[in-house]
Amino acid sequence: MSSAVRTNPSVRAPVAAIRRFDPARLRALVLKESLQAIRDPSTLLIAFVLPTVLLFLFAYAVSLDVSKVRIGVVLESPSASAQALAATFAGTRYLDVTFAHDRREVSEQVVSGRLRGFVVIPQDFERRLAERSGQPLLQVIADGSQPNTANYVANYAQGVVQTWRAGLGAETPSAAVVLNPRYWFNAELESRRALVPGAIAIVMTIIGTMLTALVVAREWERGTMEAVLSTPASVVEILIGKLLPYFALGMLSTLGAAALAVFVFDVPLRGSLAALLLLSAVFMVPALGQGLLISSVTRNQFLAAQIALFSGFLPAFMLSGFLYEIDAMPAPIRAITWLIPARYFVSSLKTVFLAGDVWAAFVPNLLAMGVIGALLFLLAKRATRKNLEA
Amino acid sequence: MMQRSGTFDFTRLRAQFIKEALSILRDPRSRMVVFVPPLLQLLVFAFAATLEVRNVDIAVHDQDAGRWSHELVTRLDSAQFINEVHHVTSSQELRGLIDRGKVIAALDIPVDFSRAIAAGRSGEVQVLVDGRRSNSGQITVGYLSSIAADVGAEVSSDAVPSAPVVVRNWFNPNLTYRWFIVPGLSGILALFSALLITSLSIARERELGTFDQLLVSPTSTPEIIISKSLPALAIGTGLGLLMMGAAVGLFRIPFSGSFWLLLASLVLFILSVVGIGLMISAISATQQQAILGAFSIGVPAVLMSGFATPVENMPTLLQWLAQGIPLTHFLIIVEGSFLKAMSPGDILASLWPLALIALVSLTMATVFVRGRLQ
Repeated sequence: MSSAVRTNPSVRAPVAAIRRFDPARLRALVLKESLQAIRDPSTLLIAFVLPTVLLFLFAYAVSLDVSKVRIGVVLESPSASAQALAATFAGTRYLDVTFAHDRREVSEQVVSGRLRGFVVIPQDFERRLAERSGQPLLQVIADGSQPNTANYVANYAQGVVQTWRAGLGAETPSAAVVLNPRYWFNAELESRRALVPGAIAIVMTIIGTMLTALVVAREWERGTMEAVLSTPASVVEILIGKLLPYFALGMLSTLGAAALAVFVFDVPLRGSLAALLLLSAVFMVPALGQGLLISSVTRNQFLAAQIALFSGFLPAFMLSGFLYEIDAMPAPIRAITWLIPARYFVSSLKTVFLAGDVWAAFVPNLLAMGVIGALLFLLAKRATRKNLEA
Repeated sequence: MMQRSGTFDFTRLRAQFIKEALSILRDPRSRMVVFVPPLLQLLVFAFAATLEVRNVDIAVHDQDAGRWSHELVTRLDSAQFINEVHHVTSSQELRGLIDRGKVIAALDIPVDFSRAIAAGRSGEVQVLVDGRRSNSGQITVGYLSSIAADVGAEVSSDAVPSAPVVVRNWFNPNLTYRWFIVPGLSGILALFSALLITSLSIARERELGTFDQLLVSPTSTPEIIISKSLPALAIGTGLGLLMMGAAVGLFRIPFSGSFWLLLASLVLFILSVVGIGLMISAISATQQQAILGAFSIGVPAVLMSGFATPVENMPTLLQWLAQGIPLTHFLIIVEGSFLKAMSPGDILASLWPLALIALVSLTMATVFVRGRLQ
């Protein structure tokens, strides 16, 4: 298909002479690509509307803070203290309690998902309370099909019983070892503050990898890439011309997202804006490189979209430490995460927003992103050359 | 144009179906890309997606070096969830390790720790926790507290073990996160495949100009809709089944519900996704717009479906919105079918919204496509 481009060795030398770097030509290319990008409404959708929606969802919809767990309380004992304990459950801010007298009533609701668990105050509750033997006071059933919520059900139930018992004034011996936890950087423990900075990495991956892969793949699919390559413009100029607008778009989108995070979603920016911009700019290198590589290898929009989704977006979401802890993953998967540029970006973003400018943490991350980026560009360049020779 | 509305011809439909299926599966590369990455992703993400806390590093600054601090540190060293305990000699170092994200928590044991315990008072330990990892930080503190309680039990053996409740987890006794992730992930990966394939179907024809040829052919709108939906429906359902098979065979996740009800739900789920995909395709002028449109719908839908975090944690307004997302209902069915042995009645409660969404989305897709045809 590219017979027109296949150059004869004898004419290669003069061509190389023409293909010198020319700022005027580069400016023209950048202008053309920028116009093309801005004129397509889908570019603006992905660069500005989607990030806003995503940030909003990460701020309000995706929350690990279980605020109102729906649980049942089964009162098998009619005694006064059992009633009092049940009332304490009902008065707890974090729980939404449904009362019952029979386990069967609530167990069906746990299966249907109406309740996330239930607490049984047994018939001999009074006796267990009086005896102070090692026997547990209550039974807690949690819906294990939602493991994280199940943990909260157990912890909240335990907490309610402990505060209730402390309120009885019984001589509960003070613990020998007391831990005083202090949560740094996020004293309110809102998962939103940790998620919103990480979401910027997801947005940048979408713009850098997805959008670039699609745009360049379309050029290959239509054959216009080969047409552009056969002009006097050098490969470097063409690539810079193609990528610069998306780099700028990504940076603009980052600035917008950061402004939203700080002014709307109440996330502090404790580090400097300069550090944030530097980190974002360096992250764009592997992101764009990956998009370019995907497009050169596939030269087809459907394939490029699928591969960008599965190699760019989903890993940035699942393997970057954004939502799921890398430490908790098995060793082979932890090894894979070293190759995911978003991993370095997510941890830096969380630091620059919540902790401040910790250069000891930034420098290794910047280096890693730079190296992965350089590697991807090298591969993309080889793939482009191969396309032309094919 | 006039005949289009009425005619419906099965031979023609078959021919079109074959053409659509071939356009996706003819190219060996796209055949591979349709099936291989989703299965690989399932394999990787099944192990990656966990909110458990494991292999974390902890720092300890032991200023006491007495009997009880030694006891505490020894227990930390042998704790299952800790990868490495960093012993440091100054509070400065402690802070540095937290700042750089090397450790998730740092214990600062004061000089009088053992003395206080020996005197019958409480030995207090300052625990600094990295709030950037708020969920894991809280779980880590929970684990550390139980270690502290164990040390406390050592101090005075007559203290009643403080376990006022006994907890049992139904359906998933050990709270294995994978049992929650894998069934849901099968639905999500099938969703993305079906959504991308259908959203490209009409847009590709328009970009290549072949849509005009379709216009002048005697094909009717329902035929176009059906022939464009079927390949995606078949591929999406097939992928879903394959991944659920892997969940049972490979990941050994118990399947306790009705297979046929789950299959019916899967088909309805993919149908509603196909309807949404066709709507996107009908309003897109180019493939790029279609892909980005599918993406802009698909990602927020997944985020709000209850897969990443439960629907009940969201504000009420968003909870209502989540009811319009097919994945929300499918997740309830698939998790219920795998782990909870959900009764047909409970499944139907989530199945009818799915059927309703499928009906609405396919009708709207027909309207959109007809609008394009005229």
